Amino acid sequence: MEVPILKQYHYLIATIQAALSDADLLHLRDALVERVGKFRSRGVIVDVTALDVMDSFASRTLRDLAHMIRLRGAETVIVGIQPEVAFAMVQLGLKLEGVATALDLEEGLEYLNKKTRTMGVEIEERS
Amino acid sequence: MAEELIIRISNDSDIVKARQKGREVAAEVGFPLTDLALVATAISELSRNILRYARQGEIVIRRAENAGRHGILVIARDRGPGIADVERALEVGFSTSGGLGLGLPGVRRLMDEFEIVSRRGSGTTVTIAKWKP
Repeated sequence: MEVPILKQYHYLIATIQAALSDADLLHLRDALVERVGKFRSRGVIVDVTALDVMDSFASRTLRDLAHMIRLRGAETVIVGIQPEVAFAMVQLGLKLEGVATALDLEEGLEYLNKKTRTMGVEIEERS
Repeated sequence: MAEELIIRISNDSDIVKARQKGREVAAEVGFPLTDLALVATAISELSRNILRYARQGEIVIRRAENAGRHGILVIARDRGPGIADVERALEVGFSTSGGLGLGLPGVRRLMDEFEIVSRRGSGTTVTIAKWKP
């Protein structure tokens, strides 16, 4: 199950659409880390709205992904963690430390716009 | 009612299958959405431990009933190396996974009942249950 990665201006948007195996998650991590360089992206959004489980492996892989992308000079925000998924994560002690999260895609874009602006980058905005 | 599902765990797509089946059974029992996520997450953690430490094993899922309460029972068993120090594996550490990194304290918090039997050299069986509120 491959996750489609959409390039939009300076951002990459990966929308998870179905349950992912461990291998799929690692593939997504590597693809994003590579494409941030290829497209000279400033920010990455991973939309996990469709995920009904975020276990320790998924959580660790997303955290690694965000940290690797930061090392590549871009910002990552995870959007769409569902309430029951958040509850299970907290029960399990998973915190996604050091990773930006936002309610949904819209909030995630806003976060990246703010974040990359303070990095001194002009993001073109279309109304 | 007496039917049980057995899912063989021998690669990472089996983890996805096991947690989806667990979710389905929990939904049939009538658990609320929050509990479906807890059950699915617990199964995911246990099946990954099987794959990582024993390479293969199985997840057994069945509906449970006790004194008029309905719930779900999940057994994760393997014939892997076993856990030398079960007490330590159940300790909550400072790291996210805690203890020995098996995530067992977390799984215990997700469920209502938790039992582990493990002997070095003869495998591990973890039995967990959750009751409908």
